[in-house]
Amino acid sequence: MMKKELGLCLLLAVISAITGAINPAFLSFVNLLNMANLIGLFGVFALGEGLVIITGGIDLSLGSMFALLGVVFVDLLTTYQIYWPVALLLVLLGGLALGGIQGFLITRLKMQPFIVTLCGLLIYRGAARYYTSDSTRGFGYGDEASTLGNIASGNIAGIPNTFIFLIILALILGVLLHRSVYGRWLYAVGKNEEAARFSGISTNIVIATAYIISGGLAGVSTVLFVFYTNSVSPSSFGNFYELYAIAAAVLGGCSLRGGEGSILGVVLGTALLQVLQNLVNILGIPNSLNFAVMGTVILVGVLADQQLQARRRRKVALASLARTAPRSTPVQEKQGASPRGAAALPARTGDQA
Amino acid sequence: MAETLLELAGISKTYPGVKALDDVSLRVYRGEVLGLIGENGAGKSTLMRVLGGVIAPSEGVIRIGGMDHALMTVTGATQAGIAFVHQELNLFENLDVAANVFIGREKRTGGPLKLVDNAEMRARVTPLLERLGADFTPDTLIDNLSIAERQMVEIAKALSIDARVIIMDEPTSSLTISETERLLEVIADLRAHGISVIYISHRLGEIMACADRVVVLRDGRTVGELARDELSHVAMIRLMIGRDLKELYTPPKRSPQPGGCDIVDLVTTAFPDRQINLSVRRGEILGLAGLVGAGRTSLARAAFGIDPLLGGEIRIDNAPVGVASPRDAIRQGIYLVPEDRKKSGLVLELPIRENVTLASLLNYARMWLVNGVTEREVAKKQVRSLSIKAPSIDTEAVTLSGGNQQKVVLGKWLSMQPRVMFFDEPTRGIDVGAKSEIYGLMRDLADRGVAIVMISSDMEEVIGVSDRVAVMHEGSVSGVLKREQFSEYNVLRLAIGQAPETMEAAAP
Repeated sequence: MMKKELGLCLLLAVISAITGAINPAFLSFVNLLNMANLIGLFGVFALGEGLVIITGGIDLSLGSMFALLGVVFVDLLTTYQIYWPVALLLVLLGGLALGGIQGFLITRLKMQPFIVTLCGLLIYRGAARYYTSDSTRGFGYGDEASTLGNIASGNIAGIPNTFIFLIILALILGVLLHRSVYGRWLYAVGKNEEAARFSGISTNIVIATAYIISGGLAGVSTVLFVFYTNSVSPSSFGNFYELYAIAAAVLGGCSLRGGEGSILGVVLGTALLQVLQNLVNILGIPNSLNFAVMGTVILVGVLADQQLQARRRRKVALASLARTAPRSTPVQEKQGASPRGAAALPARTGDQA
Repeated sequence: MAETLLELAGISKTYPGVKALDDVSLRVYRGEVLGLIGENGAGKSTLMRVLGGVIAPSEGVIRIGGMDHALMTVTGATQAGIAFVHQELNLFENLDVAANVFIGREKRTGGPLKLVDNAEMRARVTPLLERLGADFTPDTLIDNLSIAERQMVEIAKALSIDARVIIMDEPTSSLTISETERLLEVIADLRAHGISVIYISHRLGEIMACADRVVVLRDGRTVGELARDELSHVAMIRLMIGRDLKELYTPPKRSPQPGGCDIVDLVTTAFPDRQINLSVRRGEILGLAGLVGAGRTSLARAAFGIDPLLGGEIRIDNAPVGVASPRDAIRQGIYLVPEDRKKSGLVLELPIRENVTLASLLNYARMWLVNGVTEREVAKKQVRSLSIKAPSIDTEAVTLSGGNQQKVVLGKWLSMQPRVMFFDEPTRGIDVGAKSEIYGLMRDLADRGVAIVMISSDMEEVIGVSDRVAVMHEGSVSGVLKREQFSEYNVLRLAIGQAPETMEAAAP
C-alpha cells in the first residue's frame, strides 16, 4: 500500500532534481510557490475525484461544474451584491446538490457513472453559457468580496493559501478514508459491491456520499479558481479539468476498477502533474507538447506500477504456495497467467476450491 | 481389458518448494467412466491441467493412442481428442449455441471475405443437440440457458471435435437433482459410444452411480484405485482422507426450545403467486431441500432483506421483525451465509481482518473512527475459535482455501449475535475434512440457541446434518420431514411435488 506512494515520492524527487540541475530556475523560491499554488488549486477537486474512483465510478462533470458554479458565484457577488459568506455558502451547497443529483441517478436509478457525469458535463456547461449569454463574468474595479478574495488567493508566510487548504482537506479526507468506518465501507463497496451489501452496508448511500463529497469539493475549487483567474469565461473556464483530476488519481494509484487508491497518492499524483507542466515551460519544451508529455508519463507510470504489482503478487503467491503445500497451486497459476486480470477477478469466479 | 486410450506415466509437477504431483500414473480405457476423487488440493485439477496441456509436467509422459508426448500443448490435447467440461462454464453468454460450439474454429463462407457461416454451424450442431436430448435450438443465446443446458453445450462442443476423452470437473455442483440424473444418463450414453469420461466430483453418490473405476489422489499422489465392485462411500472417504469419517449427524445437546423464527405467508419476487410458511426453532438445524430454482435461495434473500418482500412477515420469538434491507436483518440477528462466497460472502482482496469486521465495524468504532486494537482482537478471536488456517489476520482472503474462506464468512457473523442463520449451500466445493468442521460449527451454533436454516442440494448433507428437513417445490414448502421419515426417496418425492410415503418411512 505505502510502497506505491513511496515510489511516487521518489519519482517526484528524481524529476525535480533533474529539472533543477538542467535549469536551476525550477527550484527557485518563486517557482516553487507558484507550483504549490497550482497543486493546491488542482488537488482539492482531485481528492473528490479520487473518492469517486475508489467506488468504481468516475466524475466527468467537474470542469463544467466549475463554469456553472463560477458564473453564479460571480453574479451573486457583483450583480446581486450578496454578502460574501452567503454567496460562498450557496456555491458550496450548489456543488453538494449537483453531486447529490448525480449520486442519486447513479445509485437509485442504476445509471452508469460515466453516462450520468458525461451528461452533467454537457448540461452544466450549456447552462453556464446560456445563463451568461456566453459573456465573461468578472469582478469590476469594486472590492466585492475582497476579504474572501484575500483568503482564497492570499498566502500565509509566503505559502499560498490554496496549498494550505489542500493540506487541511487532505488530512480530513485522509482520516475519513483510511481511519473511519465510512472509508472502510468505501473500499469494500469499490472492491465488491455485492459482498458489501450482503454485509449490511448501505452501498447506495456510501456511493452517493462519494459523489456528494466530490461535488462539495468542486464548490470549494470553484471559489479558489474564480479568485485565481478573477473572471469566468463560461465556455472555457475549467475545461478539461476533470481529466486532470482523473489523471492525478490514476497516477496516484487509484484503479478505475475501484477499491484502490489513497489520499496521499492523489495529492502526490496532482503534484507530479503540476511539476510536469512546469517542467515543460522551464526546460523550454514547446508548450504544444504539454499534454503529450503528461500523457506519456501517466502511461509509463501506470504500466510500470502494473508490472511491479504483478511481480510482487507472483512472489506472494509463491511464498504462500511453499507455505500451504499444493493447496494454493491453482491460485499461483492463474495469477502468473494474467497479472492484471488476477487482481480484478481473483481466481475464476465460480471456482469451487 | 479394453484398449488403453490414454496413459499418464510417472507424472510429477514441481513448483518451487512444493511437489504438486508426485509420480502419478493413470490409465483411461476406451469407453469407461473413470472417477477421480480427492480432497481439494490433492492435485486433481493440476493433473487435469497437465493432461489438457495447460501446464507442463516436470517429469513423466502422456501417452495417447500409443504415442508419447513429453510436452502437451492445448492444441495438441484438443487434436488428440481430449475435451474439458469446465467446473465454471467457459461460454460466451452473448453468443448463440452454435457460435459457442465452434468458437475459434468457425466455419467460413464467402470465399476471400471469410465470413462466418452461421447456417452451416447451426446445421452441424443440431444433430449433436439431438443426441444429447437437449430441447433448445442452436440459435438460442447462451444467456437464455440454464446451467444444466449450458453444460450440454459444453458437451456438444466436446462431441464436435470428436473427443475421445471428456474431462468433467465438478459438473454437477450447480445442477438440480433431476438435471444431475439427466447428466448421468448422458454420460452413460457417451460411454456406450466408446467415449471415455474422467469424472471429478466431491459428490460420492454420483461417483457411485456412474464410475466404472475410481482413482483416489491425496497430496499429489495416487493413493488407491477402486474397481466398480469395491466402491463404497466408506472405502472412498478412507482413501481420500486417510482415515474413517465420523457419522455426519450430531444430535443436539438439548431439544429445540420454543421461539425461533417463523416465516408466515411470505411472498418473494421469484414466485409472486406463492406463499411460504416455515418455522425453525432455536437450537434446531432445519435442512431446506428442493430442486434448484424451487425458491430456496429467494426465500433466504427475502428473509435477509436483499430482495423485497411482496407479502407476509417474518417473526422472531413471535415478534414480527422488519427486514427492508440487509442492515435491518442484521440488526434483528438474521444472518445469511450466501451461496456464492466469492461473490457475495467475501471481499476477496481484503484481508481476513477486514472481512471479519465488515458487517460489525461500527461496533468497534467511536465517532466513526475505527479502533484498530479492538478490531484486531475481534478478528484474532474468530480466527482462533474457527481455527482458520492462515499466516495472519492480514492475509488476503483470496489466498485461502475454500473451507477457510467459508470460515471467514462465518467469522463475520459469529463476531456478532446471531438469532437466525441461513446457510445457502454452506459446503459447496469444500473438501471432506473442512465440511465436517463446518457441520460441527453449525451444531455448536444451534446448541447455543441459534435457529439454523441450511439450504443444500447435497442429499447426504441434507439427510446427514439436519434435525428436520423442509422441502420446497415451485415456490412453496411442499412438506416437512422428521428425522425418522428421512430418506432420499421422501425428499425427492416432495421436491417434485408428490406426497412422501410416510408409512414406509416410519416402518423401519
